Amino acid sequence: MVLKQKSILPGFGLALGFTLFYLSFIVLIPLSTLFLRTATLSWGQFWEIITAPRALASYRLSLGASLIAALLNVVFGLLVAWVLVRYSFPGKRIVDGLVDLPFALPTAVGGIALTTIYSGKGWIGQYLEPLGIKVAYAPLGVVVALTFIGLPFVVRTVQPVLEDFHPEFEEAATTLGANRLQIFLRVIFPTLMPALLTGFAMAFARALGEYGSVVFISGNMPMRTEITPLLIMTKLEQFDYAGATALAVVMLAVSFLLLLAINLLQWWSRRRLAAL
Amino acid sequence: MFAPSGLKIAESVPLNRARTEPAVVRWLLIATALLFLGFFLLTPLIVIFAEALQKGFALYLESFKDPEAWAAIRLTLLTAAIAVPLNLVFGVAAAWAIAKFNFVGKNVLTTLIDLPFAVSPVISGMIFVLLFGMQGWLGPWLQEHEIKIIFAVPGIVLATIFVTFPFVARELIPLMQAQGTEEEEAAIVLGASGWQTFFRITVPNIKWGLLYGVILCNARAMGEFGAVSVVSGHIRGLTNTMPLHVEILYNEYNFVAAFAVASLLALLALVTLAAKRFVEWKSHQPSVGQR
Repeated sequence: MVLKQKSILPGFGLALGFTLFYLSFIVLIPLSTLFLRTATLSWGQFWEIITAPRALASYRLSLGASLIAALLNVVFGLLVAWVLVRYSFPGKRIVDGLVDLPFALPTAVGGIALTTIYSGKGWIGQYLEPLGIKVAYAPLGVVVALTFIGLPFVVRTVQPVLEDFHPEFEEAATTLGANRLQIFLRVIFPTLMPALLTGFAMAFARALGEYGSVVFISGNMPMRTEITPLLIMTKLEQFDYAGATALAVVMLAVSFLLLLAINLLQWWSRRRLAAL
Repeated sequence: MFAPSGLKIAESVPLNRARTEPAVVRWLLIATALLFLGFFLLTPLIVIFAEALQKGFALYLESFKDPEAWAAIRLTLLTAAIAVPLNLVFGVAAAWAIAKFNFVGKNVLTTLIDLPFAVSPVISGMIFVLLFGMQGWLGPWLQEHEIKIIFAVPGIVLATIFVTFPFVARELIPLMQAQGTEEEEAAIVLGASGWQTFFRITVPNIKWGLLYGVILCNARAMGEFGAVSVVSGHIRGLTNTMPLHVEILYNEYNFVAAFAVASLLALLALVTLAAKRFVEWKSHQPSVGQR
């Protein structure tokens, strides 16, 4: 077996050596301490920590809110991508640029801004609270914050696929007598499916781990509005490192599964695009 | 990546009826999309500046006279000034190895580089506490030698490097893979040295992608909250970065000052978006000698 194909270009050893060294010191060794730390816990202790009622409540909120937020982003992300690619309207380029704001804006800044808007005296909150809809300091606030930070993912994965979509397919479908809705559902949507799924998985993964924007708006009440990253933070502040580590391992396992899913989805969509 | 020139002609044909919806549907969709973005993007952006300026411009400026705000700004700049160049060098090295050579384990390496993106910010900070903290592995040794990493500046820098680790590499790897190796090989055959080839051939080819990665890396380095929050210890004037300072001021109900510092970060975000746009536009301009 050949470990490396021959090349006349220099610098392979230096570049790969530095890459591996830096990767190990910054990422691999620190991350592995997490797993080695868990090894100091017995299975019984580990299980007890990760199935404590407060932990279970935090998973429920983290998973539920992330799922709702990611689904909202699929619906509205597709709509925004569609509008940006297919239609023209004044200010379109600014809107297109602004879509990336949640990537560029520090999460804490997004968090305090959203909290201010949706609190009882806020611009939007003052109209919602009389209706009995409480957003800030309630689970709904977590959904709002997670929708905000996940917003660009679906737009940015769907947009290029939509741009590259060959008009011939739609034209052929029209000639064959399909109406716009049929064309969208049966011709365009299937093509967008891998990108939508990838965007969904990315938004979901990002939402699960999010901390900065949520802590301000959620109110952080144990059992009610406490997300898992916040519970880890609380345990760290109480110097309960074992508890924090166990929960972190659970979160990491979920994140890695999602990362794997995203990679498989991208591989699948590349193959599908290549087949077109 | 680039469509063959034949496709361009097909795209320039104006949209016919087969490819668009009735005007009513079009405007309804546009209105819904804009309403959604208005609620979720524009309102938060406006509220930051509105809150910062609610008691007038004088009081807004007053917020920056606070020495702790200045200390936070300085620490944020320092952190970015260390983290970004290190990740830049790493990104170039990793992209050179991965894009220009074929070797076993290349895909695994590419996946490992993306790892920090899959980790929650809180966990990103926590792993350094487990390593260097008082109860951490190296904690006792560090204390003996009076080296402070956690609840001090080195910890903040380390956590920032971790969360911004993949940015440059993941921009450069696909770009350099798409460019192939012919140009560099030609330079080497003609007698150029490795570094000459790199600086005269590779760097001009990747400069926009490189800049793009650096811009994104910098925005995240200056704005990171979760990871830095775990390792910082929130010591005012010493280990507070700008996002952490915003949190403290906000929790003290000092809203004008909190949003004043936040407005600087929001401006940074807007500059980042503008710079990103510019680079995207630039990198799509065909440069002389290419293709």
